Amino acid sequence: MNEFECVIGLEVHVELNTETKAFCSCKTDFGAAPNTQVCPICLGHPGALPSFNGKVLEKATAVGLALNCEISERSRFDRKNYFYPDLPKSYQITQFYRPLCRNGYLSVETEDGEKKIGITRIHIEEDAGKLSHEGEFTEIDCNRCGVPLIEIVSEPDLRSADEVKAYLKKLRSVILFTGASDCRMNEGSMRCDVNLSVRRKGDTSLGQRTEIKNLNSFRNAQKAVEYEFSRQVKIIESGEKVSMETLRFDAHRGVTEPMRSKESALDYRYFPEPDLPEVCIPAEKIKEIGKSLPRLPDDRIKEYRDKYSVPAADGEILTETPEMAEYFESAASLTRYPKTAANLIITDIPSLNEKEDIGISPAHLAALADLFGDGEINSATVKKLLRRMLENDLDPAETVDAEGLRQINDEEEIRKFACAAVLEMPRAAEDYRKGKKTASAAVIGRAMALGKGKPNPVKLREICISILEETE
Amino acid sequence: MNDITKKTVAAHAESLRRREYSARELTTEYLKIIKERDGDIGAFLFVDAENALRDAEAADRMLEDGNENLLCGIPFAMKDNVLTKGIPTTCASKILENYIPPYDATVTVKLKSAGAVMLGKTNMDEFAMGSSTENSAFKKTVNPLDPERSPGGSSGGSAAAVAAGEAAFAIGSDTGGSVRQPASFCGLVGIKPTYGAVSRYGLAPLASSLDQIGPITKNCRDNATVLSAICGKDPKDSTTLGYDWGDIGDGIGKDIRGLKIGVPADMLRDADRDVAAAVENALEIFRSMGCGIVGIELPSFEYAFSDYKVICSAEASSNMGRFDGIRYGESEDGELFFSTRSKLLGAEVKRRIMMGAYVLSAGNYDKYYGKALKVKTLIARETDAALEKCDVILTPAVSSTAFRIGEAPLCDGLYAGDSFCMASSLSGHPSLEVPCGKGEGGLPVGMLLSGRKFSEKLLFSVGASFERCRDE
Repeated sequence: MNEFECVIGLEVHVELNTETKAFCSCKTDFGAAPNTQVCPICLGHPGALPSFNGKVLEKATAVGLALNCEISERSRFDRKNYFYPDLPKSYQITQFYRPLCRNGYLSVETEDGEKKIGITRIHIEEDAGKLSHEGEFTEIDCNRCGVPLIEIVSEPDLRSADEVKAYLKKLRSVILFTGASDCRMNEGSMRCDVNLSVRRKGDTSLGQRTEIKNLNSFRNAQKAVEYEFSRQVKIIESGEKVSMETLRFDAHRGVTEPMRSKESALDYRYFPEPDLPEVCIPAEKIKEIGKSLPRLPDDRIKEYRDKYSVPAADGEILTETPEMAEYFESAASLTRYPKTAANLIITDIPSLNEKEDIGISPAHLAALADLFGDGEINSATVKKLLRRMLENDLDPAETVDAEGLRQINDEEEIRKFACAAVLEMPRAAEDYRKGKKTASAAVIGRAMALGKGKPNPVKLREICISILEETE
Repeated sequence: MNDITKKTVAAHAESLRRREYSARELTTEYLKIIKERDGDIGAFLFVDAENALRDAEAADRMLEDGNENLLCGIPFAMKDNVLTKGIPTTCASKILENYIPPYDATVTVKLKSAGAVMLGKTNMDEFAMGSSTENSAFKKTVNPLDPERSPGGSSGGSAAAVAAGEAAFAIGSDTGGSVRQPASFCGLVGIKPTYGAVSRYGLAPLASSLDQIGPITKNCRDNATVLSAICGKDPKDSTTLGYDWGDIGDGIGKDIRGLKIGVPADMLRDADRDVAAAVENALEIFRSMGCGIVGIELPSFEYAFSDYKVICSAEASSNMGRFDGIRYGESEDGELFFSTRSKLLGAEVKRRIMMGAYVLSAGNYDKYYGKALKVKTLIARETDAALEKCDVILTPAVSSTAFRIGEAPLCDGLYAGDSFCMASSLSGHPSLEVPCGKGEGGLPVGMLLSGRKFSEKLLFSVGASFERCRDE
């Protein structure tokens, strides 16, 4: 297995969050009753014609710019012809020959450091309907027909399931910052297809790839990649050849399996869409859209590193969503310890927070960071306060004062607790004297408890150990 | 109400305003004539007496209010591929036998708001594929001038209705001559407007880049009147171009002395002798009016027939894909696409779908469709170049007069005699057919006057002047 390398390219479909569909004025709201957001155009009635929604072009351009692509001032729509019950016109309007965006990249943090994953192209297309299988019938909901999508195609630059996850997370972040989509994989506004092939390490040619379609979570994408890699390796090792297949991932059983029917190597008979003119976006408009983009994750990650010494890996987490980034930046601007604020957001809060949002105002978080950074409270107190602040957004400074939660830094005071702990735990002290140094942990813990969690942990540790050392 | 069948739209408009009869009386009379004659002619697939009378009454109210639109109260026939809300629209195909559109075509809306009265939907070749109306899945239409002969196609029903005096004017659609050829066979005036002049929204498409809706009338003035009512930029059809003609009939009656008429070299080579003679005679008439005859070169015109075959079948095959067994026709158990389409689509439709799929198939695109698009551009350029040397181009409309039913000389389902028409369909230039004489057996011969894009005003002027001279 180690002599093989996994080569992965991703095709990610993202639903753009325009109010109306790509080619008609039906609404795009998620969760509407079936076939209530439809019209002759998206239902493909004879004679109905598409009219292109300009907002789609703006949002697609924004994403293209955010992914460092070249934007074509003139691109075109084509028809992709095939039969499927969820495709009313029996063709999809897409951009095959001349897509809107080309030659971009996305920077991703991997275990080997920062990696630039190439983005071959991004194009605009319309979504198909949704099929649901009810017993012996299949129901077709055309609400989704005509919803605008962009398809983001990466170069086969990814090499592992972890890289795939990192790419998807970063892609999602960047797109969230452009405001073009809510990228919810569980709602289908972001979908991922994986193209995977295997080759011996050192080989430069590509092996036969398979395509795994419609992965609906980052986790499933990872698991599918891991499974498919090992499946292909087994095939190659046994002397067989991998065949081009379109697969689906069975999340329950954790395996990939060939998709029933649909298409594997269908001829789509692409030709230019005669009902629509060229897609034109003048250079000035492209520039304008670029200017109106907010600071994107990579810029902010750099900023956090330069200004606040927040490491890049942490920066990636802080910029997962615009809300998170804004939150951090607000808090960071109000505290003398922005790195602490970052850690609170990244580590402490997620382990304690049961809600979707952070119920603590940036100012209060900043105050908490200050209290900890100044040594006024210890980490145990921080956690206790956080739990309560997540419920009620308490002002930490006030609470600390009111409840006397300040850390005890006075060494005399600390010594009292340390001595008492040693006296209460003669066996642990004995063990320590006999050479079992780890016995100090129990004593330190007891001392901290006696001090009701307030002693400065570093000082407490020092003093406990010095007492234990003394009593020989 | 004598000689009602001989009256033009203009004459009716005048009579209505003079209160010689009401719109209701006029419509009643036409409905009576349809009842008397259409059993033999077979022009109509569906006569909508109830709505027609209601619309006529509404028109009477509009006239009372001083409505100045010349089409107000005028009864007309609509080709059955133009969608009419709530009224069956079958495209003369079994697969749409029970189709009742949920919306009106833009042309339908425009005619309705002008106050015109729709008598019913007319027979045609199935999905406009044909040149004789013999491909209708439902009935036969005969040429009112000779019931052994075809009225032409695909708008045969519309032409027959006007020629038989069953409607004051009719609406047809022209993709490769389907308005002009039947108009020519029936001794009427028909126009294929500049591509983009009339909205295709609600016209069941044959070839999206070629289709145009056009009126069939007794004379040029009527045709200009109807075209005025139906043309215009439509936000629902992105291929429409706005053009401010003012009054399209404005040039009628103007002196055309000095007009340069371009005649392609060898143009009569492929025409029957009687057609050639009539067209030669027409040229004489133009000379006598003081027009100059100029020789022009249109070298790519000999490829018009093949070019049309490729482009039309390609786009048609894609447009026809939507007719599946899920929403149209009935489905055989389990087989939604193939058996429904096999059963309910006619032979000519199937032939073109296969041809179209073939020319678009992978590996064939560049050889056929890709190349055909280039030839299309060439033909357009040559036409533009020729029109710098002359004001209008004159050719026969069709190489023959009306052929006998069952004896249409077809090649792969297409009639080579339509080639004259096909050239301007491919180039997008406007092309007006005007009867120019009689051939063997007294059958009408038509000529084509084609001009620069949006030169319809000039074409009607020339046509009308010719009519006056011809009839003297």
